[in-house]
Amino acid sequence: MIEVNNIHKSFGDTHVLKGVSSHFEKGKTNLIIGQSGSGKTVFIKCLLGLFSTDEGTISYDGKIYSELTGDEQRDLRQEMGMVFQGSALFDSMTVEGNVMFPLGMFTKQSKSEMQDRANIVLKRVNLIDAHKKFPSEISGGMQKRVAIARAIVMNPKYLFCDEPNSGLDPKTAILIDNLIHEITQEYDITTVINTHDMNSVMEIGEKIIFLKNGLKEWEGSNKEIFKTDNEAVTDFVYSSELFKKVRQMYIEERN
Amino acid sequence: MNYLASIGSYFIMIKEVFKKPTKWSVMKQLILKEIDELIYGSLGIIIFISFFIGGVVAIQTALNITSPLIPRNLIGFATRQSVILEFAPTFTSIIMAGKVGSYITSSIGTMRVTEQIDALEIMGVNSLNYLVFPKIIAMLFYPFVIAIAMYVGIFGGWVAGVFGGFSSSADFVEGLQLDFIPFHITYSFIKSIVFALLIATIPSFHGYYMKGGALEVGKASTTSFVWTSVVIIIVNYVLTQLLLG
Repeated sequence: MIEVNNIHKSFGDTHVLKGVSSHFEKGKTNLIIGQSGSGKTVFIKCLLGLFSTDEGTISYDGKIYSELTGDEQRDLRQEMGMVFQGSALFDSMTVEGNVMFPLGMFTKQSKSEMQDRANIVLKRVNLIDAHKKFPSEISGGMQKRVAIARAIVMNPKYLFCDEPNSGLDPKTAILIDNLIHEITQEYDITTVINTHDMNSVMEIGEKIIFLKNGLKEWEGSNKEIFKTDNEAVTDFVYSSELFKKVRQMYIEERN
Repeated sequence: MNYLASIGSYFIMIKEVFKKPTKWSVMKQLILKEIDELIYGSLGIIIFISFFIGGVVAIQTALNITSPLIPRNLIGFATRQSVILEFAPTFTSIIMAGKVGSYITSSIGTMRVTEQIDALEIMGVNSLNYLVFPKIIAMLFYPFVIAIAMYVGIFGGWVAGVFGGFSSSADFVEGLQLDFIPFHITYSFIKSIVFALLIATIPSFHGYYMKGGALEVGKASTTSFVWTSVVIIIVNYVLTQLLLG
């Protein structure tokens, strides 16, 4: 479980996070939503330890990140997997090389053992045929799946995804969402996803945090988001006509 | 003030490079790859430039000997001194700052822009050690490049001097051997080791800490070339004063 306690983060005079607290449970898909500039990316980068917080604490299963030494922080990061918005695959390596990379760095496995493990996770993300290709030779959706495979190859305790389905067609986006959700439950990982995608919110948002101007404006599940009266949340989530109609139908059905 | 902050960040980066080393089996592959990219991949251009620079030095020296009292072996002597003391270590390093330096900045900068460095950090890899350390080790082979540059430069001078009709081969070789001070070779290799470290680390600094997108990668490459060249020239002056002054 990840516990976030009153974190603040500023860049010069800009106060980006103004005291955000929450907790993310194991085996659940947690979503961070909010408008551009609301502090989502800074929040997830604080969770990853890429930004240090000015105030407040983040603890991973009881270990407070800021109290760990540099080496302990790096060891903790080995328990984290990250799927970047742009996939962040290593261009000079094949798909298999990318997936095997963390194994080569942190385990004493032989090459054949690493290949076996890479094949298992590549099979899990339905990419077994692409293992000899380079990232530039595969589609954006496939790159995302490779990034997921690389993120889970070390059996991480925590999985972070930054806009995992941005730039993908709706069908592929749903595929990626479902894959992350299934993997979260299958491997019992604490997953935190930063997203703008309302389909993701409705489909896999077991816990949703809505950030506004660096503050937690609302927290709940995808079921609760239908019922909320919070104006900022409804303005953001139901900004499209389609979602407004869906919500109306849902409310009418309930009444 | 910004310059001071950058110099401070540069030395902090150097310290970080040597922390939490990458697994040796992985590092070995990275070092071999960098030797291939940075050293072996630069030999062609270095040999080409050294040959012609040596030739030009010989021709210009010959053309400036107007008095019949000056011996013709001065052509070989001047070529040797110019090539060993300055052209091979310093001129070659400026070329390398452009060729190798821009490659280092753009490759690391692109990794920064595409979040590959963040990916390394999140995996628990010391990205500075992983990216910069192999380049530093590879560049320790740089004196071999300089030795080749010296040899080819002097050979270029001999070819230009002899086949251009400016000097006989015997005069040229006599000039090469005249008043030879072995410490000049040591001085040249000391300089080349220091320049090698600068060529490996300054462009890495500019690539690693760059911000922005593709356009900024290009700008960072240019800035790194300018700063590497400036530092090489200043350090060259300081080392010359210390070692030969």
